[in-house]
Amino acid sequence: MAVKVMIPTPLRAYAGKQESVEVQAATVGEALSALTAQHSDLKKHLFSDEGKLRSFVNVYVNDEDIRYLQKDQTAVKAGDTISIVPSIAGGANRARI
Amino acid sequence: MSSYRLKVREEMYRRIHAHGAETYPHECCGALLGRDGEGGREVVDLMPLANQRNDSPRNRFEITPEDFRLAEKTAREKKLELIGWYHSHPDHPARPSEFDREHAWPWYSYIIVSVQKGEAKDTTSWRLHDDRAAYFPEEIETVG
Repeated sequence: MAVKVMIPTPLRAYAGKQESVEVQAATVGEALSALTAQHSDLKKHLFSDEGKLRSFVNVYVNDEDIRYLQKDQTAVKAGDTISIVPSIAGGANRARI
Repeated sequence: MSSYRLKVREEMYRRIHAHGAETYPHECCGALLGRDGEGGREVVDLMPLANQRNDSPRNRFEITPEDFRLAEKTAREKKLELIGWYHSHPDHPARPSEFDREHAWPWYSYIIVSVQKGEAKDTTSWRLHDDRAAYFPEEIETVG
């Protein structure tokens, strides 16, 4: 199935400066694998060293968060749009009460 | 040697400081709106946001994807770009922590203000390396 993956601004430099990339996939996991196979520099920003989606990377299929669907096993169909939407997080190192 | 420079309008600089002082001893956070082009990168507006880390606001901040989308929409409406984020470090240096680095996105400018005992002090800006291993310091130039 041909699906469109929307690339957020901070990652476009690693995706040939494209706003979106079309991939062939049956699930979100396959789509993200296909995306990082095409654009390998994206991988470290999307996935941890253990291969898990980073906690601050949110993925939506047609505006539904995959955390509330079947996560990376969420099925996609032709014409679906997968969006990568950042959470922004940080903070000082020192533990506080 | 970093060659990144960030122009920040004086009014925005003051507003970031004021936000950090207002939320002390908790971390403040917000979006940087502006322009990024041949003339360089410039912060021309801000969008203060709620710190969603209610469990640990003294040393953590988080902006949800919903607020991220709202910041993007606001930038578009103002015909600006979403070019980065700011947050404060209460009683802590204005340097990115390991936690900051682990959670950062490339391309964005990250302004950090150190708020010491309620008063905004050092303010710095940073950009994540492509390999995520470290940050480039970004020189802040206040303008206007």
